[in-house]
Amino acid sequence: MDNVTENEMTLEFLSKSNNEAFARVAVAAFVSQLDPTIEELADIKTAVSEAVTNCIIHGYEDTQGIIKIKCKIFAGSVHIEISDNGKGIKDIEAAKTPLFTTKPNLERSGMGFTIMESFMDDMNVESIVGVGTKVTMKKLIKCNDELCSSIGE
Amino acid sequence: MNVKYNNEDKLLVLELTEEIDHHSTEKIRRRADYEIQRHMPRKTIFDFSGVTFMDSAGIGMVIGRYKIVSMLGGKVSMVNVKPSIRKVFEMSGILKIIPIEDCA
Repeated sequence: MDNVTENEMTLEFLSKSNNEAFARVAVAAFVSQLDPTIEELADIKTAVSEAVTNCIIHGYEDTQGIIKIKCKIFAGSVHIEISDNGKGIKDIEAAKTPLFTTKPNLERSGMGFTIMESFMDDMNVESIVGVGTKVTMKKLIKCNDELCSSIGE
Repeated sequence: MNVKYNNEDKLLVLELTEEIDHHSTEKIRRRADYEIQRHMPRKTIFDFSGVTFMDSAGIGMVIGRYKIVSMLGGKVSMVNVKPSIRKVFEMSGILKIIPIEDCA
């Protein structure tokens, strides 16, 4: 049973904006083995999209770099780590404040971290200026009892 | 994006037809602004029936158009917003100024 419920994948791709859709769809496809609801899947896709977009427009700004996604399935929950080697965040608390944005000229709403925080069960940001940023998120996939027990057999 | 304009009512309907994220908003923004400036509508409606995904980039995109439309004296609303997309809008509080209407 343990090796059925544990799984892991890693993705690396260039910080191009057309990879935003690729990243969220790839993570959603990986998570789908936990049989999430449509709502849970939409929450995960949105959170991934926010994190990847941050790497592209803030981490790497106009330069190009590598974005890495590590995804783990463990005990019915999904752990997602999204990191870049970009410029880093000076003030993480400010960045996490709803409506705070350093790029209002790009019509950014400043809601990225707020959405990640509320759509996932757990969200953590680590960042070193000049080195990079790592966002870690976790979501428990609620189990449909009948379905789960039938899979377990 | 499909565009419908009713000259009699000065009503502009922008039917969004793709996933809305930082990548796609650039194109949507350009087209929407062109249509708004061309028609100077009294009312602009964003129709989300063709949108299956939206992240916070959509909030900025809608607010940006709202600013332009308001400056020209018009109103903005949204229709056919799926629950997952409504959830993103609800977080931002913009539904107080840009309402979701029941149907087009």
